[in-house]
Amino acid sequence: MELAVKTEGDFCVVTVEEPRIDAAVAVAFKEAVRNGTQNAESQVVLNLTQVNFIDSSGLGAIVATMKHLAPERKLILAGLTPAVDKVFRLTRMDSVFPTYMTLEDALRV
Amino acid sequence: MSEGVHHNTETTGKQVCLSTGIEFSVSSGSTAARSALEQIISALQPLKLDIEETSTVEIVLAEVVNNIVEHSYGDLEGPITIRFSHHHDGLHVAITDQGCVMPDGRTPIGQLQPRDVDVDDLPEGGFGWFLIQDLAKDVLYQRVGNENQLHLRIAVAYGHSH
Repeated sequence: MELAVKTEGDFCVVTVEEPRIDAAVAVAFKEAVRNGTQNAESQVVLNLTQVNFIDSSGLGAIVATMKHLAPERKLILAGLTPAVDKVFRLTRMDSVFPTYMTLEDALRV
Repeated sequence: MSEGVHHNTETTGKQVCLSTGIEFSVSSGSTAARSALEQIISALQPLKLDIEETSTVEIVLAEVVNNIVEHSYGDLEGPITIRFSHHHDGLHVAITDQGCVMPDGRTPIGQLQPRDVDVDDLPEGGFGWFLIQDLAKDVLYQRVGNENQLHLRIAVAYGHSH
C-alpha cells in the first residue's frame, strides 16, 4: 500500500497513492495508515484524490482507522472522487466523517 | 485502413456477444474481484457506460464476488463463474460458485446499522449486501445441488440497442 505522509501545519496529511482501496488491500491499508500516523497530532487528513474505487472492505478499513485514531485524533476525508463519494453517500457514512471536496478545502478549516 | 476494418469487426463481435452473453471464471481469493471487474469493464466498453454507471457495476460485482470469497468459500479455493448479457432493461448478471449455502438459504436483507452511536461502536462491515440490494434490481438467489446461483440486474445503458 503506497502512502505519502506529511505534516501541513496542524494536520497530518496521508495521501493514498493507489487507485483502489478494496478487499485486496484493505488490511495493508489499515496497517500502513496506523504506521504512518503514529506521530500525528490532533487532525489526520486522508487525501483520496488518487483513489477511484472503494468497496465495503475499504470503507470498513477507513472506519477502523477512524476508531483507531479516536478519541485524541480526528480523521478528515478529502478529495473524494465520484465512485468513492457514491459508496460513502449510499451507506450514509458521509455523515460520520468530515469530508471536503479537495485537500485545500480540508486544510483551510 | 486495414486496422480500421479490423477494429470495426472486433467491436461488432463484442456487441453480438453482449446481447447473447459472455461468461468467464475467476478463482476465489483476495484478488478475485479485481480480476473479475477488469474483465467485465473491458467487455462492457461497447456500451459506453458513463462514470456513474460504471461505478454501479463495479460496486455491485465487487461486493458479490467479495462475499463469495469471504463467506461462501472462506479459506477454500474454488471457481466463481460470472455470466452476463445486456438487454433493453440493463445488464443481467448470473454469478455462481460451489461454496457454502447462504445462511438460512437466502440473501441477507442488507440493512444499514445505526451511525448515531459512539465512535467505538460504528460499523466496520455489513455494507456489502446493503450496497448490492440498493444498486441492483431483481436479486434472486437459489441453491441448486452444490451450487450457489445469484441472479441480478443492473439498470445501466437503458434502452441501448445492439
